[in-house]
Amino acid sequence: MRSHHDMGGLEAGPVTPAEHDYAPWEKRVDALMMLLSARGHLKVDELRRNVEALGPEAYDKMSYYERWIASITATLLQRGILSSDEIGRRVAAVEAQYAAEQADAAPAKGTAP
Amino acid sequence: MSGHEHHDHDHAHDHAHPHAPPPDADAALTHAQALELAVTSLLIEKGVFSADEMRRQIEAMDARHPGLGGRLVARAWVDPAFKARALADGSAAARELGLEVGPLRLIVVENTAAVHNLIVCTLCSCYPRMLLGLPPDWYKNRAYRSRAVREPRAVLSEFGTEIAPDIEVRVHDSTADMRYLVLPRRPAGTEGWSEENLAALATRDSMIGVALARNPGA
Amino acid sequence: MSGASVNPAAAPRFAPGDRVTVRRAYPPGHIRTPYYCRGASGVIERLCGRFANPEELAFNRPGLPAQPLYRVRFRQAELWPDYQGPARDTIEIEIYQHWLEAAP
Repeated sequence: MRSHHDMGGLEAGPVTPAEHDYAPWEKRVDALMMLLSARGHLKVDELRRNVEALGPEAYDKMSYYERWIASITATLLQRGILSSDEIGRRVAAVEAQYAAEQADAAPAKGTAP
Repeated sequence: MSGHEHHDHDHAHDHAHPHAPPPDADAALTHAQALELAVTSLLIEKGVFSADEMRRQIEAMDARHPGLGGRLVARAWVDPAFKARALADGSAAARELGLEVGPLRLIVVENTAAVHNLIVCTLCSCYPRMLLGLPPDWYKNRAYRSRAVREPRAVLSEFGTEIAPDIEVRVHDSTADMRYLVLPRRPAGTEGWSEENLAALATRDSMIGVALARNPGA
Repeated sequence: MSGASVNPAAAPRFAPGDRVTVRRAYPPGHIRTPYYCRGASGVIERLCGRFANPEELAFNRPGLPAQPLYRVRFRQAELWPDYQGPARDTIEIEIYQHWLEAAP
């Protein structure tokens, strides 16, 4: 009954001194957490719990801020601050807009990546 | 290796076009990126915060870097009374230096001839962000979180840090509300140095505990 | 934060130097007592203060009354049967009072 995130003492490979400069979208996710927390719309404990709830596969496959945005979204849904419907519609709109702009930017390339 | 953030000129997406993709998206838009844009734009529209507040929050975090922790270390090195206060109440000591730490509950742990300290958060990634900036990937990854508590000396060796067996290695697992900063030992040959130059020797890795402070001339 | 009215249910039971054992319990939910120290015995290093219970905060509940939080020091050699290091090595973990029992 050990949760996958509770990893102290488990075997693992060498510590690779990986680090990267945070991408702007990652900094926005971090800022989202700070802003929501400061306004009382999210507790860091909810963030952690919802990261843990992603499950072992997602946890290992997703990057740190991918887990955070998934967790922040879950928290907002749980609290009723945003609805599934409006998030889903907005994601679709964002993706469509992005695809359209990619097509406009490079018409010779054909379909968006 | 200093861990300083590069100052981005990215701006939160234009409020007039809340669906506009970010300037950094030169590759495929991932689901996570699309989700962030969606959530952020919805929250701005609902007035939970403004685009300007988000921009300022990003700038505020960009302004946090290991040099801030380094100032605390340097002051502790030159002022024994300050050091005593820092060991008793790290947050109060930071505020004495004008470092804004908010609700941070900081514990400063001192490396000595008898003890070497190492910080980890096995359960997630707790880290004194307000003094060191955002943590490096390795601190948040599985290998460090799993092994730092069980085989700290092997982990230290992987960072090139060897601690003699007659020195106690003391690991701190940051599981709850406290955050930790290691006060590394002051390098030899730094007598009379200015605090500014001393602060530069207190690297991020030395304040996490995986390394010693940098030697002069290194 | 401390300073709230004293609730007897959340009064500190332990003092620095007291020997304590971490309860051997495995509850579901959001738990901040790491698996690897459950059932282990150590010594109270300090009382950190009283804080709202994260197990409750995780579900957007207040987590009150605030619970005493301690730093507990363990000998690595007692925690890990195969610990590769000197007997003097230790680890200190923040643990909430409701996870601790007085050790014999």
